[in-house]
Amino acid sequence: MSDNPFLIVLVAMVGGALRVSTPFMFVALGECLTEKSGRVNLGLEGTLVLGAMCAYAISFHTGSPWLGVLAAGGAGAWLGAIHGYVCKLPRVNDIAIGIAMMLFGTGVAFFFGKAYIQPSAPRLGSFSLGGWTGSPQIETALEVNALLIVGVATALLMAWAFANTKWGLIVRMSGDSAPAARAMGVSVDLVRFFSTTAGGFLAGIGGAFLSLYYPGSWNQGLSSGQGLMAVALVIFARWDPVRCVLAALLFGAAGAIGPALQSVGITQGYYFFNAAPYILTLIIMTISAGSKRAMRDVPGELSITK
Amino acid sequence: MVDVAESLIVTAIGPPKDRWIDFSVRFRTGAEYVVIPLFALALSGLLFALFLLVLGKSPTQFFELVVRGGFGTAFSIQNTLQRSAPLILTALAVAVPARIGLVMIGGEGALVLGGFASAVIAIPLVMGKASPAVTLIVMASAGIVTGALWVGIAGILRHARGVNETISSLLLTYIGIAVMNFFVEGSLRDLTNPNKPSTMPIGEAYMMGKITGTEVHWGLAVGILLAITLHILLSRTTFGFAVRLSGGNPRAALAQGLPVGKLVVGCCLIAGACAGIAGFFEVAAIQGRANASLAAGYGFTGILVSFLARHNPLAIIPVAILFGGIVASGGLVQRRMDMPDATVLVLQGLTFVVLLTSETLYGRFKIFQVKGAVDRT
Repeated sequence: MSDNPFLIVLVAMVGGALRVSTPFMFVALGECLTEKSGRVNLGLEGTLVLGAMCAYAISFHTGSPWLGVLAAGGAGAWLGAIHGYVCKLPRVNDIAIGIAMMLFGTGVAFFFGKAYIQPSAPRLGSFSLGGWTGSPQIETALEVNALLIVGVATALLMAWAFANTKWGLIVRMSGDSAPAARAMGVSVDLVRFFSTTAGGFLAGIGGAFLSLYYPGSWNQGLSSGQGLMAVALVIFARWDPVRCVLAALLFGAAGAIGPALQSVGITQGYYFFNAAPYILTLIIMTISAGSKRAMRDVPGELSITK
Repeated sequence: MVDVAESLIVTAIGPPKDRWIDFSVRFRTGAEYVVIPLFALALSGLLFALFLLVLGKSPTQFFELVVRGGFGTAFSIQNTLQRSAPLILTALAVAVPARIGLVMIGGEGALVLGGFASAVIAIPLVMGKASPAVTLIVMASAGIVTGALWVGIAGILRHARGVNETISSLLLTYIGIAVMNFFVEGSLRDLTNPNKPSTMPIGEAYMMGKITGTEVHWGLAVGILLAITLHILLSRTTFGFAVRLSGGNPRAALAQGLPVGKLVVGCCLIAGACAGIAGFFEVAAIQGRANASLAAGYGFTGILVSFLARHNPLAIIPVAILFGGIVASGGLVQRRMDMPDATVLVLQGLTFVVLLTSETLYGRFKIFQVKGAVDRT
């Protein structure tokens, strides 16, 4: 491989996209499911951090990273269930509760996570998609983790289920028109409760990826706002699970710009690139707020668009 | 003439006996807004005590340490008041937009950028040996304008594009902190200070003094004055009435010809200015320079304070002092009980969740319901 800095940055970005995108994918899929049922969970940042901590702790104690992934999902489902239950009460604002859950989840994670900053836990393995190229550099760059595959499979399953199953229809109906769902005898609160819980489960798994694969250790600065960006990702993907995967890859590539430029010696503006995802999110929200295309796909019951 | 005027008053507000009933009605309906937040506060304290028990720590020791560390000695009370100053200001930054129906949580970003702007604008003035009074006034103005503009962005996006203000103000907070870090670790870094990336210190001579006879800086006095002023502005002026009307029913307000969009942006500018002043005081009275310590979480605690005070500027003052005490006692609690510094975060998160959940209790208790009473929300 040549020393062409452009190529190095490109390969680093593709590799970065594959590596960094998995947590984006899981939080986006979780948020997508929740929002399809008509509710917004802004607390996924806390879910992500708590999931990361639980995964690391369980992996450290049991020696099995996959048990850690499961624990992360469980922790996420717990936070999601609280959110789902509280929001069904009248006069409770789901966005404000989301922020509160974010503070609570991060607080609990930091509280119990202090003991796990030092020890090293068994991590998830990886395999390479670039074996055929014969270039060790590309091979390393294209290393992926099984969770990426799980994420893509989940997205396909969700897309299929939304379109073809009774459950998918019930979730979509609760999100589009609560009165219609009630008229059909569906308990909207229950559907939203389960959707938020399942969404939390997925986001928790995204956290497990952070602590068990990449960056692959537990510390308080682990998440760089992926959970917050979930909301924007879902808007960007226009509430479609498959497009969520593509959006996650795109955000992953954007997030990899900073480190990729650093690898060729451009260190200026590190903090600017740190802020890039937030700026991107804000721009997406601003553009899509007035866009007819985005508005056509939005679940009718969603509070962010009302 | 006097008799006519008197009879007019009597017909307007009713005979004295009715006035007494009116007071009791107001008392009963008003009590709901005191009892429910207090109940939520007590419940979260109870849940936190359970949390401590499960961990094998003593809840009584915890609450005792909070009282001692926050309010036990003259020194700790001054420390508490010192920390309540930014809390009052950042809580006002939440309360004012809340009155027009916005959940605006960008106080942290406005505080950080306001403090940063005042530290930066001070550099040429300090170099040019300008008088301290002029420097401080310029610094304060820079803080106010920067803070106002930062939260103003979220207001304009809300008004012009319908972007959800909660999410955009949260994003702007993270962007604001990154902007400060970008400059503080880059072009504006004080290279003579190897320890912590900071801007150039403004120097002892330019620091703002303390309130006479105490260790508390003037930010507390400004915060209390602003709270009172904003309370009068919101409850006793036409501007305040227009704001509350737009918050209650934007479509009715529009139909009345009120400039709802301008009011939204105006409230956001006031909110940002409050948080910006908090940043100015953190720089001019405590830190003396801008660095990462500015993002100490006052903006986030301020959200909690405002919600607990039900966005009432006057109620914000005692609630902010209470939370200032909790924040101030954090260090003591950690050392004595061997707990991580995230303990305060857990307590805050828990209180916040319980508090927001308690919103559902309003209007459910018969004791607060009086027939024919006006809903005063």
